[in-house]
Amino acid sequence: MDSAIQQKTSRRVRAIEVTTKILFLVCSLVAALTLLLIIFFIFSNGIPAIMEVGAINFLTGRTWTPTHSTNPQFGMLPMLYATFISTIIAFILGSKIGKWGAIYLMFFCPKKIYRPIKTMVELLGGIPSVLYGFFGVAVILPFIRNNFGGTGNSLLAAIIILTMMILPTIINLGEAAIRAVPNHFYEGALSLGASKTESIFKVVVPAAKGGINGAYILGIGRAVGETMAVIMVAGNVSRMPGTLGDFFQTSTLLAPVRTLTSGIAMEMSYASGLHRDTLFGIGVVLFIIIISLNLTLAILNRNQTNYAKES
Amino acid sequence: MSSKRKIINILNHARVYFGIGVSLAILLSILLLIIINGIQSLSFEFVFSLSAPRGFSLMPMIINTFIIVIFALVIALPLGIGAAIYLNEYAKPNSNVVKVVRACIVTLSGIPSIIYGLFGFLFYVIALGWTWSLRAGIFTVSIMILPILIRSTEDALRAIPVSYRMGSYALGAGKFHTIRKVVVPAAINGILASVILSIGRVVGETAALLLTAGTLLDMPQNLSSSGATLSVFMYLITVEHGDMQRAYATALVLMTFVLGLNLLANFIARKLKKV
Amino acid sequence: MTAFEINNVNLFYSDFQALHDVNLKVNKHEITAFIGPSGCGKSTLLRALNRMNDLIDGCRVEGEVLLNGVDIYKEMDVNVLRKRVGMVFQKPNPFPMSVYDNIAYGPRVHGIKSKPQLNEIVERCLRDAAIWDEVKDRLKKSALSLSGGQQQRLCIARSLAVQPDVLLMDEPTSALDPISTAKIEELVIQLKKQYTVVIVTHNMQQATRISDNTGFFLMGEMIEYGKTSDIFSVPSDKRTEDYITGRFG
Repeated sequence: MDSAIQQKTSRRVRAIEVTTKILFLVCSLVAALTLLLIIFFIFSNGIPAIMEVGAINFLTGRTWTPTHSTNPQFGMLPMLYATFISTIIAFILGSKIGKWGAIYLMFFCPKKIYRPIKTMVELLGGIPSVLYGFFGVAVILPFIRNNFGGTGNSLLAAIIILTMMILPTIINLGEAAIRAVPNHFYEGALSLGASKTESIFKVVVPAAKGGINGAYILGIGRAVGETMAVIMVAGNVSRMPGTLGDFFQTSTLLAPVRTLTSGIAMEMSYASGLHRDTLFGIGVVLFIIIISLNLTLAILNRNQTNYAKES
Repeated sequence: MSSKRKIINILNHARVYFGIGVSLAILLSILLLIIINGIQSLSFEFVFSLSAPRGFSLMPMIINTFIIVIFALVIALPLGIGAAIYLNEYAKPNSNVVKVVRACIVTLSGIPSIIYGLFGFLFYVIALGWTWSLRAGIFTVSIMILPILIRSTEDALRAIPVSYRMGSYALGAGKFHTIRKVVVPAAINGILASVILSIGRVVGETAALLLTAGTLLDMPQNLSSSGATLSVFMYLITVEHGDMQRAYATALVLMTFVLGLNLLANFIARKLKKV
Repeated sequence: MTAFEINNVNLFYSDFQALHDVNLKVNKHEITAFIGPSGCGKSTLLRALNRMNDLIDGCRVEGEVLLNGVDIYKEMDVNVLRKRVGMVFQKPNPFPMSVYDNIAYGPRVHGIKSKPQLNEIVERCLRDAAIWDEVKDRLKKSALSLSGGQQQRLCIARSLAVQPDVLLMDEPTSALDPISTAKIEELVIQLKKQYTVVIVTHNMQQATRISDNTGFFLMGEMIEYGKTSDIFSVPSDKRTEDYITGRFG
C-alpha cells in the first residue's frame, strides 16, 4: 500500500473510532439521564403538593376525599397501610414457599424433569400482571365471596394475588443464590453424617443467605410496585382499621383496601389541580420506598457473602 | 437416626414439595382456566374482524400493541446496545462513569411500571402536550425496556471470550470494526433473547400504558391517536365492562402472545449457552 | 537483514517493571525463539512487538522498537503495524464464523472487497498453512467445528491473509496434542522462507527443533541471545545453563 493512502485510511479509521466511542458514551449517558428526568418530573410535581397539604397531614391523615367540593382531604395513611400490610403478609407467605421451591429445583428435582419445571417457573414470572388480576377476578374473588361473604374485593384477595406474583421472583433468584454456594459446603456436611435435608437446610441455605435476601428484597419490590393485579381485586376503598383491636378482626382481611399504586392509577385519569399533584406526591412516597429497597439491597450485597455475585 | 431427626427430615421433604407444588399449581390453574374458557369464547371474528363494533374485535388492540412494540424497539434497541457496548467494551471497569451509569440502570430496572406511567403522563402527555397517544406510550415503554436491553446485552457481550477481540486486533482491525464484525455477531443470540424479553414486557404492560397511551378502542389513525393495547383492553373488559366471555377470549390471545415470546426467549438463550 | 531492532526497552505494568533494558535484533527470514520460565517477560516482549500491550491499562514502554528502521511506537499507526506484524495466540482463537470468513476477515478489514481476489487469498493462505486439503470442502462450515490443531493452523492462515512481514507466535502449540504440534512445527519451518517468525515457547526441544536464534529470559531480563545451536550447547551464562539442563523453571 502506498504510504499516503495508508495515512489517509488510518486517519479515517481513527475518526470513526473517536466518533463511535463518543456515540456509545452518549447512549449510556442517555440511559442514566432518563432516571434523573423521571426523578425530576415526579418530585418537582409531587413535593409542592405534599408541602401544600402538609407533609404530616399527607402521611398520617386517614381521610382521602380529594374531590370534596368544600373541604377536600388528602390523607394517604390508609394507602400506606394497605401497601404495607399486603406486602408484609404476601412476603411472609411467598418467601417461605418460594425458598422451598428453590431448594426443590436445586436439590430434589430429578434431572429429567428439571428443564420443564424450571421453564414453568420462568413462565409464571412472565405472566403479565393484568392476567394475574384477571385470574383474581375470575377465581379468587368468587371463592372469597362464596366462603366468607361480601364482594370478595378485599385485602385478603390482594394478599393472595401478591403472594402468587412474588413466587417466581423468589424461586428463580433464590435458586441462583443456592446454586452459587460452593459444592464443598454440601459435601462437607454430608461427610460429617448430616442427612441430605439437614445438610441443605442447616448448611447450604444459610450459606446462600446473602443471595436469598437479595431475592427477598426484589420480591418485596415487586409486591410494593404491583398495580394492575391489585386494582382488579383489592376493592380500592381508602380505609383502614380504626383501632388496633379492629386490626385483629377477621373483617380486616375481608375489607376492601386501596394501595399506593392503585390509588395513583385509579384517579389519574380524571384528577386535576391539587388532586392530581397529590397523586404525584403518592408517587414520590412510592419512589422513596423503592429506592430504599434498592439501597438496602446494595448494602446487603456489600456486607454479606453473596456467592452469586462473586462467581 | 433419632425419631426427632426423622420427623424433621420428613417435614423438610414436605416443605420443598409443597413449595414447588404450589408454584406449579398456580401456573397450571391460570393456564387451564384461561385455555378452557378462552377456547369456548374465542371466535375468528373476535380476533381478526375489521368491521366489528368497537370492543368486539381485538384487531385494533393487536395493531396498537404491534405499533408500540416496533417503535419502542426502534428507539430503545440502538440506545440499549450502544450503552451496553460502551459499558462493556470501552469504559474502564471501575471508572466513575460506569459506576454511576450502572447504578442508574439498576435503579431503573427496579422502578415499578406505575412510576414510569406517572412520568410518561407528566412528561409526554402534559409537558410535551402529546395528550394520550401511541407516541406517548411508545416513549414511555422504551424507557422501561432500556434497562432490560442494556443488562442482557451486557451479559451477552461479557460472555464473548477476550481472545476473539485479541484475534481481531492482531489483524490490524480497529476497535469499532472488531465490535461490529466479531463481538456483536458473536453475541447476537443473547441480544435477540433480550429483545424478545423486552417485547414480552411491552405486550404485558398495562399500568404505564393506561396512563400514557389511553384507552381508545378504535383503529389508530396515526401515532398521535390514543389507543389501547391488548393488555389495557384486558383490564378494561374485565373491570369496566365486566364481560367475562370477551375477557376470557382476550386473556387467551394475550397469554398466547406473552408466553410464546417467553418460551422463544428461553429457547434462544438456552441455544446460546450450548455454543 | 534485520526485521526488528529492540533498543533499551523497559516495560512497566503500572508500578511493576516487567522488562529491564532489553536489546536485541530479530533477523529477517529466520525463526527467533524466546524461552524462559513463566513470568520471565518473554510473552510481554512478544506483545510489545505488535503493541498488543497497548490494550492493557497502565502499561508503559520506554526505549525504542524499530521495524525496518521505523519506530513502531512513535512513527507508525497501530493498525498498520498489526497488519505488518501478525500474531498467533496460545489457544486457537478462530472467530465464530465460517472457515472462509475467518481468513477473509483480515483482508476485508484492510479494504479488499472483490470476491475473486478474496477467493484467491483464502486458498493461498490455507495452502500456505498446510490445511487446505482438510478444509477445502467445508469452507462455509463454522471454524469452531475444526479440531484444535486444525483451528490453530487456521489461525496461522488467518494471520497470513493480511500479508504480514513478521509472524509472532505466543506458545502456539501449548494447547495441542503431539501430532498437531509436529504439524505446526513443520509448518513454521516452511513459513520462514517467506516470513520472519518470532516464537515464544515453554518447550526447549521445540526451540532447538525449529529456531535459528534463541533468547533466554529471566525475571524481565534478557540473559543471553544468540544462535540456537550455541545457546543449547555452549551457554555462556550459568543461569542459562541451569535452565536448559532443567535445574529450575
